[in-house]
Amino acid sequence: MTLLIKNAMIVNADKRYLQPQDILLEKGKISKIAASIAVENCKAVDAAGKLVFPGLIDLHVHLRQPGREDKETVETGTRSAAKGGFTSVFCMPNTTPVIDNAMVVEAIINEARRVGLVNVYPVGAITRGQMGKELTDMAELKQAGCKALSDDGKCVENSQVMRLALEYSKMIDLLLIQHCQDHSLTAGGVMNEGYHSMILGLKGDPGIAETVIVARDIELAHYLKTKVHLAHMSLKRSVELIRFAKSQGILVTAEACPHHFTLTDEAVKGFDTFTKVNPPLRSPEDVAAIREGLQDGTIDCIVTDHAPHTKEDKETGFDNAPFGMIGLETSVGLTMTELVHKKVLTLEQMADRMSTAPARVGGLESKGKISQGLDADITIIDPNKEWEVRVEDFWSKSKNSPFVGRKLKGRVETTICGGRITYQV
Amino acid sequence: MEWKKRDLLDLQSLDKEEIELILETAKSFRQVSTRDVKKVPALRGKTVALLFYEPSTRTRVSFELAAKRLSADVVNIASSSSSSAKGESILDTALNLEAMNVDMIVVRHYSSGVPNVLSQNLKAAIINAGDGSREHPTQGLLDIFTVQEKLGNVKGRNITIVGDVLHSRVARSNIWGFKKLGANVTVCGPATLLPRAIKEFGVEVSYDLESSMKKSDCVIVLRLQKERQQEVFLPSLREYAKLFGVSQSKLEKASKDLLIMHPGPTNRGVEIGADVADGRQSVILEQVTNGLAIRMAVLYLLLGTKEPSTA
Repeated sequence: MTLLIKNAMIVNADKRYLQPQDILLEKGKISKIAASIAVENCKAVDAAGKLVFPGLIDLHVHLRQPGREDKETVETGTRSAAKGGFTSVFCMPNTTPVIDNAMVVEAIINEARRVGLVNVYPVGAITRGQMGKELTDMAELKQAGCKALSDDGKCVENSQVMRLALEYSKMIDLLLIQHCQDHSLTAGGVMNEGYHSMILGLKGDPGIAETVIVARDIELAHYLKTKVHLAHMSLKRSVELIRFAKSQGILVTAEACPHHFTLTDEAVKGFDTFTKVNPPLRSPEDVAAIREGLQDGTIDCIVTDHAPHTKEDKETGFDNAPFGMIGLETSVGLTMTELVHKKVLTLEQMADRMSTAPARVGGLESKGKISQGLDADITIIDPNKEWEVRVEDFWSKSKNSPFVGRKLKGRVETTICGGRITYQV
Repeated sequence: MEWKKRDLLDLQSLDKEEIELILETAKSFRQVSTRDVKKVPALRGKTVALLFYEPSTRTRVSFELAAKRLSADVVNIASSSSSSAKGESILDTALNLEAMNVDMIVVRHYSSGVPNVLSQNLKAAIINAGDGSREHPTQGLLDIFTVQEKLGNVKGRNITIVGDVLHSRVARSNIWGFKKLGANVTVCGPATLLPRAIKEFGVEVSYDLESSMKKSDCVIVLRLQKERQQEVFLPSLREYAKLFGVSQSKLEKASKDLLIMHPGPTNRGVEIGADVADGRQSVILEQVTNGLAIRMAVLYLLLGTKEPSTA
């Protein structure tokens, strides 16, 4: 199968083309990039006036299958991902049953292939049943297709278990992703501890619940000379700790979510359960620090932590409602509006944080760049298109977004995965 | 001044004039309860539902009597005997009450913000009778009313709130209300039971009850929520009583005119000594009497003056 992209203003992390190029995609690969390519009887996409990015990669998504297909499925979740410009997603293991064995991994990969929209890489659990006690069969999980392991939704709290997990995963060269949260400190908190939690009478989640684990895992990575990836960083102190660790050559990488660089804990004021997320929305200083961390590369990746929940589950009051918000379809819009148009990130940096760096961290060697011979995963974005987030436009099965009604600038126009168009406006 | 709000959700969103209007209205209702025939027809034909998801004696009875003395019809729903025991959500329960044309819902809930969510979804007037750790506005109003009655004015007075401020909705309503009327508020309690951001509330913070009492016109003693102590906020009740209990010996070192208030129910011997609670300076039972007048005033202002708006 052949597809030709005409007039592409290519944005790679290391270089932005200043002249439009044509890109020829053949057999799932990028076969040629040139000022002008002519091919007979070939389907073509005109990208004139748009920006052409390497296919976006999201290292942190909850597809909810198996177990909570009322919230999301591989099919609806990857449709939502394609609409959001993503060509690869890593899906987290807190499903029912937990992704802690090869059979579940294979089932998800097979279902994603059947749907055929997005490359899905299941993230296996670090511990059996995500119980924090016994290690999973990591080598088998890797062989089944896992590029990373995490107990996401839960933290590996026992330091000895985390040490063993890091040593073992280092041996088989498999990335561990830590959900940094000491639950004894969170102590039932439902929002950021501070002025607003005090006024709203809601239980506060203190930032130290995150930072003590960030600091501990940095120390473990240093001691064991291995890598660790820290999920959804939300705090200024976390950014500072990671910056220090990187300056020491410790192999730590990190990610942050659009809601953590856009919203503060003030958004919780009306008790809207769509603003209940874990880690919680933080202070204005934290938001500024996350932006800085993304700018200087302390935080490597932008991820969504797409966490679909049904209306019924979210309608149970702020204390009882589950944590999480959907994010796949608003990530590009928020990144462009809040970071690119506000001059926090250049376009090249956006390509890096949303594609090149996630490919590097996630070990996807043939992705993350528009270059001859690499996978034909491409995202075409209109940087100046203004649009409003509307409930009825979501393709995700769930609609729990606090961004409904928000006006954004920058929209995904076309998504191409493996040389096939998987989404077009 | 005319009352314009449909609901009473908190004191945070009331301005000084609105609080004063409620206090003024309460004065005229207070004598109704001292008559032989304790009833006026102000809310005849109105229906008030009391929806309580947490145990309560004082507040629930106070609201019920307030509504009845204003001639409203009252229905009582306790969570244990209602459909909530069958898994119905509180919003569903409230919508069903509204479908039966209930004019007002007085709600108490263990989760902060529940009255706000009801207000966002219902046309009926909502009164917050205490939500989680957020607010208990009628308690705040009756405390202010009591201080005003006993001391003549609130402005410039020094009020100390002592105890578990972290979990207390009474403390939050009191801080908002007293500050709006120009009082100086000090909170006093163990560091583990004060919110981390407490200074941003615009109050003084003290860990020394004796010296705070010496500077105060009124001490509001919070109930120590013993059921929360499983989380080890405190070394022991014994040490708490020693440091933060309002005892006769601490009282003797303070002004003879110092008012002692407590929202009830009291843990005698823990946060307040029995002799203090029953003593000359205690106005705990007057608070209860005033609470009825305050709740009559609130019911009347929300329902009596005109049809509730549908905004």
